[in-house]
Amino acid sequence: MSGSVLHDAPGPRGRRRIAVASAVVSLVLIGLVVLAARRLAANGQFDSSKWSPLFNPGDEDFPDLWRLLGGGLLHTLTAAALAMSFSLVFGVLIATTRISAARWYRWAVVGVVELLRGVPVVIAIFFAAQVLPAYGFRLPLLWYIVIGLTAYNSVVISEIVRAGILAVPKGQTEAASALGLTRGQTLRIVLLPQAFRSMLPAVISQLVVILKDTSLGAFISYEELLRRGLIAIQTLRNPIQTYLVIAGIFILVNYLVTRLATYLEARLSGRVGSRPREAATP
Amino acid sequence: MDVITDNLGLYADGLLGTLKICGLVAVAALLLGIVLAGFRVSPVPPLRAVGTAYVTLVRNCPLTIVLFAFAFGLPEAGVNGSYFTFGAVGLTIYTAAFVCEAVRSGIGAVEAGQAEAARSIGLTFGQSLRLVVLPQAIRAVIPPLGNVAIAMVKNSAIVGAFGVGGELYSVASTLNGARGEPALPVYSGVVIGYLVIIIPAGLLVLVAEKRFRVTR
Repeated sequence: MSGSVLHDAPGPRGRRRIAVASAVVSLVLIGLVVLAARRLAANGQFDSSKWSPLFNPGDEDFPDLWRLLGGGLLHTLTAAALAMSFSLVFGVLIATTRISAARWYRWAVVGVVELLRGVPVVIAIFFAAQVLPAYGFRLPLLWYIVIGLTAYNSVVISEIVRAGILAVPKGQTEAASALGLTRGQTLRIVLLPQAFRSMLPAVISQLVVILKDTSLGAFISYEELLRRGLIAIQTLRNPIQTYLVIAGIFILVNYLVTRLATYLEARLSGRVGSRPREAATP
Repeated sequence: MDVITDNLGLYADGLLGTLKICGLVAVAALLLGIVLAGFRVSPVPPLRAVGTAYVTLVRNCPLTIVLFAFAFGLPEAGVNGSYFTFGAVGLTIYTAAFVCEAVRSGIGAVEAGQAEAARSIGLTFGQSLRLVVLPQAIRAVIPPLGNVAIAMVKNSAIVGAFGVGGELYSVASTLNGARGEPALPVYSGVVIGYLVIIIPAGLLVLVAEKRFRVTR
């Protein structure tokens, strides 16, 4: 158990106290749930008309609703996959050119990195959606989101890649130069493959951040999962139920992605160049 | 760029508004996060379950959905409030999950021997947490908490996009959306506003990292 260092294995008195505390906490929790349920019931939130389009396959709205939401999830995943791919490409480019480049270039990169890191993703998306059309670049809505997400995440990924490359033991680079490999070859053949392994968990954690941020597309009317949910709510009039389902889908997908990251981290730990992963910031 | 200089007052108000929301949320999220971290390391199993469930659910759910669900879901259940209240509460609930994880990893960073020593001289769970572990954990926790705070400032833009007026994002919707000023300078001004907060904050985190580095 997580806090075992903080307290001894409890004796008979301690066990009794813990049992009492557990009972009290459970009662309080049950009480809160009952209160919330009564509140919901008093406002008619348990009416079957509110739940059945989402959960009852026999309901007339069920197939259409889930086709709508399923398509939304597909759009969400598309945006996330594109943003992730572009961020990886740009992230690796930024990181590798930064390591082997002239001083002025390095400083320019640091400037751009710090600038993009400080811009809220939602602003980046609005920036793309408002500024690009003003200069004649009219793109499908999907691309404004991908551009906004890539601007921020390629910077984050470049830092992950850089940390990954720097974590490869120095002897690897020395051995590569002893073999007569050029700097480019060393990077491509020796450093990146090893760095990639150690950074994989962190990159996958970043995917959770990207997935969550795709929901910002709802603000510019890109029909991802949340926007599709809002559309459904307009006719079904069941916001609480629909938000619960949408949140549930996001939580499930992200939870699975996080588990994958944890699994890979456990598998890869202890190998060359691996280092503990820091949790992705919100 | 005249748009920015002509509306400097509006931008300044927006900056202050963002700082106000962030200050409020920072205090609330810090308190809630510390309580949750206490839950997650407590000897009482239901409390641990609550802490774990909270963090797992909230961290994996987009802030946007939390905000939408609060502002448009809760009134259906008879809970009413202003956009500002819902926005601030939503951001607090979201940020608290990350505060909790930062604090918990800080507690984990304190050497096991310290807690063992505290127990062996007879301190209770509460005492050893309060007198021995937390004071040391705080040093390890400040830099990650700084990063959480920076992320919170950026997330406050989502609260703004959501319709809470009087902060930096809403300056853009006023100038670009309502008055039809050109997008590029308007949004550049907003970006500069956020950078004014975030770049110094980032430097502070760097200083804190150096200052509080503990050699273990």
